[in-house]
Amino acid sequence: MSTATIEPSLESRVHYLNVSYGIKSWLLTTDHKRIALLYLASITLMFFVGGAAAVLIRLHLIEPTGALVQPETYNKLFSMHGIIMVFFFLIPSIPATLGNFLVPMMVGARDLAFPRINLLSWYVYMVGALLTLSAILAGGVDTGWTFYPPYSSNYSQTHVILAALGVFIAGFSSILTGFNFIVTIHKMRAPGLTWFRLPLFIWALYATSIIQILGTPVVAITIALLGLERLFHVGIFDPKIGGDPILFQHLFWFYSHPAVYIMILPPMGVISELVTCFSRKRIFGYSFIAFSSLSIAVISFLVWGHHMFVSGQSVYAGLVFSVLSFLVAIPSAIKVFNWTATLYKGSISYDAPMLYAMGFIGLFTMGGVTGLFLASLAVDVHVHDTYFVIAHFHYIMVGGAVMAYLGGIHFWWPKITGRLYPDKWARFAALVIFIGFNLTFFPQYMLGYLGMPRRYAVYPAEFQVLNVMSSAGASILGVGYLIPLVYLIWSMRYGPVAGPNPWRAKGLEWETPSPPPTENFEETPVVTEEAYAYSTEEA
Amino acid sequence: MADHPAQAVQVHALAHQFDDLDQQHEASNFGMWIFLATEIMFFGGMFAGYTIFRHEYFTSFAAGSHLLNWRIGATNTAVLICSSLTMALAVHAAQLGKRMQLVTFLILTIVLGLAFIGIKLTFEWSRDWNEYLVPGQLVLGHAFAPQGEILKQLQEAHASLPKVEMFMFFYFAMTGFHALHMVVGVGLLLALTIMAWQGRFSPQRFNPVEGIGLYWHFVDIVWIFLFPLLYLIGGIS
Amino acid sequence: MWSGFPLRPDQASTIAEGFDHLFYFETAIAIFFATFIFLTIFYFAIKYRRRSENERPPEIEGSLVLELTWTLIPAALCAIMFYWGSALYFTNSRPPTAALEVFVVGKQWMWHLQHAEGPREINELHVPIGRPVKLTLTSEDVIHDFFVPAFRVKHDVVPGQYYSIWFEATKIGKYHFFCAQYCGAQHSGMIGWVTVMSEVDYEQWLTGGVRSETMAQAGGELYQKYACVTCHGTGRAPAFNGIYGQPVKLASGQTVTADEVYLRESIVEPSAKIADGYSPIMPTFKGQLSEEEILQLIAFIKSLGPEEKKVGKP
Repeated sequence: MSTATIEPSLESRVHYLNVSYGIKSWLLTTDHKRIALLYLASITLMFFVGGAAAVLIRLHLIEPTGALVQPETYNKLFSMHGIIMVFFFLIPSIPATLGNFLVPMMVGARDLAFPRINLLSWYVYMVGALLTLSAILAGGVDTGWTFYPPYSSNYSQTHVILAALGVFIAGFSSILTGFNFIVTIHKMRAPGLTWFRLPLFIWALYATSIIQILGTPVVAITIALLGLERLFHVGIFDPKIGGDPILFQHLFWFYSHPAVYIMILPPMGVISELVTCFSRKRIFGYSFIAFSSLSIAVISFLVWGHHMFVSGQSVYAGLVFSVLSFLVAIPSAIKVFNWTATLYKGSISYDAPMLYAMGFIGLFTMGGVTGLFLASLAVDVHVHDTYFVIAHFHYIMVGGAVMAYLGGIHFWWPKITGRLYPDKWARFAALVIFIGFNLTFFPQYMLGYLGMPRRYAVYPAEFQVLNVMSSAGASILGVGYLIPLVYLIWSMRYGPVAGPNPWRAKGLEWETPSPPPTENFEETPVVTEEAYAYSTEEA
Repeated sequence: MADHPAQAVQVHALAHQFDDLDQQHEASNFGMWIFLATEIMFFGGMFAGYTIFRHEYFTSFAAGSHLLNWRIGATNTAVLICSSLTMALAVHAAQLGKRMQLVTFLILTIVLGLAFIGIKLTFEWSRDWNEYLVPGQLVLGHAFAPQGEILKQLQEAHASLPKVEMFMFFYFAMTGFHALHMVVGVGLLLALTIMAWQGRFSPQRFNPVEGIGLYWHFVDIVWIFLFPLLYLIGGIS
Repeated sequence: MWSGFPLRPDQASTIAEGFDHLFYFETAIAIFFATFIFLTIFYFAIKYRRRSENERPPEIEGSLVLELTWTLIPAALCAIMFYWGSALYFTNSRPPTAALEVFVVGKQWMWHLQHAEGPREINELHVPIGRPVKLTLTSEDVIHDFFVPAFRVKHDVVPGQYYSIWFEATKIGKYHFFCAQYCGAQHSGMIGWVTVMSEVDYEQWLTGGVRSETMAQAGGELYQKYACVTCHGTGRAPAFNGIYGQPVKLASGQTVTADEVYLRESIVEPSAKIADGYSPIMPTFKGQLSEEEILQLIAFIKSLGPEEKKVGKP
């Protein structure tokens, strides 16, 4: 890390943080950087709410008979964990925080194309989050994050409508973010910044945005119809009144599978940035990584049926969805190999963001290869709806997305706050998280293969050993997540001043001071070189 | 921007994040198309559900379709097409910078939009309510329960009442969401009219008129699909 | 000490071993790639660690040969896994003909099972070793899922639908079955035991204990009790003899097959699909008949051969 301290004090210069003060200057801001921070605060809160539920779940499962709560409460806990983590943390995580902060800077613009719509998206998110939280406070919801009817439409006695309304509303914030990114990336690139000079983070967010604007409205209407069905008892999903519950699953997964890629494409973009910077090397196979993002976005719309191999869809539908699911694995594999190849003959440093990035590649690989089990029909029959699935998507979502999210936060933190965090602590936290994560979720693969179904409040005694291991890991993981919270907050005030480019990284965002001025650049930058041109750098 | 006195005339029209009016115009136009893609997917979910069940319960859906008055539907289709015409004329007037024409056409569009909603409410939804054709049990004692002639007509068509109710649910959900879009559109048009009256548009800056025009045409097109699917599906009798 | 720490679920059905072979193959691929990536990262990270701040790595754009390699090799492996998994799934999804039949009704939060021969069980299933058993699954309320890990079979249990799975047990013993689709408060309590018995023990179990009439006989009694005969035996409504599995022309002009789902729908919602030439006079039996009774009625209708034959055994 560079030790050069260029500025003695951050306050000697006007930047986006000190340009104005007071609550109102934040709540009415249209500056994408401030909106990113509003999102950062909100989703961090949601992350710890959802994480608290996870901790309770793991504590409960130490005993086969359930150590903590009644099954009814347990069902509410895992539903709350899923709903909050999926809709209120993972989906907005990287796009709404790092994306919001970086997209205009990386394309050399003063702001997003529609700054007021950007602010609106945060308010929409908050309304959705507050509605869902109020459903939880009012007594909870017990349908799981998937809201399958007829349980959710006719049988559950909990606050389904309120929670679903929150999810419905939050969906629009995601649409607005994606919409803003697409227009910005298309229309507001700086002179000289051609498509193939864009950072891969931008490519990833572009692919993500396509899914957001085309997928999210489908889940919105699906959840709206579900709500109407529950309110008015007229059914298109409940077979008692002539509906088809499988139709809900089709509509739901038509969004919710692509939504998985809303959650993982932006992390892939972050990793492309981190790997290049800390290897001081141009990315290996730029165009393959860029196009693999797009092909993932397209294929992701065609694989939803692999969530339904045992729901009663026809054998032939199963075949088609199986082959397409294998197909979507290939662009992900291409990315992993390219990142690894980027390290070759690089100049690799072990700063904290790089540790997160290397952790991501390993864990994402494990999550990815276990996805192959779920894509192959015969194997899915056995492991479907077991802990194997839980382990698989936590390897992608926590081992992948959250690792990359933390890596990205650590990488751009000096840009966001203008200050450095203690690197030793950061590296220590990355290690604790990596160990805790594997101890938590690896045993769950084995549990799933042995046949332990998911969403079980009590379980047969033969599964106890693995469950205890998993719970032990969860406590380590929980501590691992608290450490960055502490030192990052500490660094906002006491961290050493970072300077504009502490990592000597490439990219337009590093060519402006940290923290950047309100309009990002003193004058519109002109781009004359490829992305990641590390070898042209003055040594 | 203030550094460039040559552009000072246009400063009020140009948001700070854009370099010039062309870029701003392109961005807002492109943004509206992206938004419409989202809208298509939103309605697409309902169209998919409708298609599946229509295939499954064809007889009952055809019988349900006969409960709707295609003449009123056709009238409303005509009203909406006219409103699209006035909207297009309004955009044209904005392009040319003709303020009074713009205001007139916007008001005409609003009137036609309100006429559509009025016709729907008075001649269709209120009749459905009186005939117990509204699906579900929103208000106790007012469940879906066709009576008299209508019941006889449905039985003669070998329709299954729960499936007819499902048809009515799709009818209300789809036309309801469509009407909601109309109401939002009328609100936007009102705002546009006021802005036009104040002279906030010019041949250099009329993208709000164009964008909302696109939105209005989209809402019309959704109706162009809804009308045959819901009213004409069983054949005109 | 490993008794509390099994590494593999019991292999107790004919398909379990084939399944495990594919599972091991995929595990091997997973371990190979995960290890390969981990080791490569470690190796590069150590070999190319930054030694001075002024290092200037060579510029490497990429390599088409490498890209093709790591596209085509995974693609080929995926093709193998797809073929293998699908072929296995296809074979497993076709029940053999002469199978014992058991009807399974899931309801919050228990399993009601009835053998075609008559015996009923709750959260218990007794089957003989070495004979194919076909389960027909349906639900009284929400979606459940019938899952026997030791047999590697699982299928969702959907209200209003009949799905079937089959297995042939190969090892005598007791094995868990689970509800694998979340179904409400006591979801995790919706578990039971499959008991695999020798052929002799099974026969003894069938004849001993609570011996009741066969499902078709029970259905026949319901046929009398609800006076179905007053219409279906007099020509005012379609006759049942030989109707099962045959095409039925509807008043709407469409043609459907009189399978279990059609028969069930015609009982709970008679007006949905009226047979051509008949008036919609039948009242609904929704709420009057449980899913088990509907299954018994269907078993009765299936047992009726064409007109000239007598009521036969299923």
